[in-house]
Amino acid sequence: MESLQRFVEMDGYGGFVWPAYAAAALVLLALWLLSWRALRRSEGALTEMEARLPGRRERSEHAGPARGPA
Amino acid sequence: MHRFANPARFARFAATATPWSAAATALLFAIGLWLALVASPPDYQQGESVRIMYVHVPAAWMAMLTYVVVAAGSASALVWRHPLGDIAARAASPVGAGFTLIALLTGSLWGKPMWGTWWVWDARLTSVLILFFLYLGHIALLNAFDEPTRGARAAAILAIAGIVNLPIIKFSVDWWSTLHQPASITPFAKPAIDPAILTPLLVMAGAYFLFLVTLLLVRMRAELAEAKLRAARATLLAHG
Repeated sequence: MESLQRFVEMDGYGGFVWPAYAAAALVLLALWLLSWRALRRSEGALTEMEARLPGRRERSEHAGPARGPA
Repeated sequence: MHRFANPARFARFAATATPWSAAATALLFAIGLWLALVASPPDYQQGESVRIMYVHVPAAWMAMLTYVVVAAGSASALVWRHPLGDIAARAASPVGAGFTLIALLTGSLWGKPMWGTWWVWDARLTSVLILFFLYLGHIALLNAFDEPTRGARAAAILAIAGIVNLPIIKFSVDWWSTLHQPASITPFAKPAIDPAILTPLLVMAGAYFLFLVTLLLVRMRAELAEAKLRAARATLLAHG
């Protein structure tokens, strides 16, 4: 217990060390979440859009059953 | 490298590489944090506050490296019309802004106990603040025009002109008097830093670097999907 308290207090520098790590973690996490969400959103929208494109839909309809196992 | 100049091929490569890169990033961060917070000793002068260095210095390094990616991508788009150049610059810029913000925030939190102040208007701190504004200006220009290619062109010119800030940041601690300490790690000399402190620093730098790589893969895939989406919308409009 005492060693945990020493770890948290960081010899009096805990008030600077922990906020520094928290700030870094927060920014990195926000970057990751925003980037991942943007990827999911744009790839989802692209799949939906490609299904509506006339040329691609015909192609995929031809490709589907013909290549599947009999 | 030219093999990946084809956007479709790059997108396939990026989709395969993303989970590996993300896993390696998480692993290196786990090791790095354990070394930085638990296994490494306090500094003989700075005591426990030296642990801020492990999140501060790699962020500053990556802030500059990311700017090189933005400027190189911009130059390749502007000069050689490389199809991935604009996409790389657009993907990298917010990541660079994030790294710079971390460097500024953690630097401030380190400056208070060590220098007695959160901020000084010296060359190092001011040039890094300018880097942050360059990133923000780049992002703003990219989104300032209805026509994306015009925005990309204006942003590319800003990014290339802004590269002059990088040597200023690097050498600011040697050229002007400052509270900021000079570089402890240089390419051709033995590092002026004990291995017990150097190892966690390098592991954290590796983790930050892999984080940058992972985010570039994810963000460039998103940008490529957006570009295809725009093309698909145009086709759909043309077909009624």
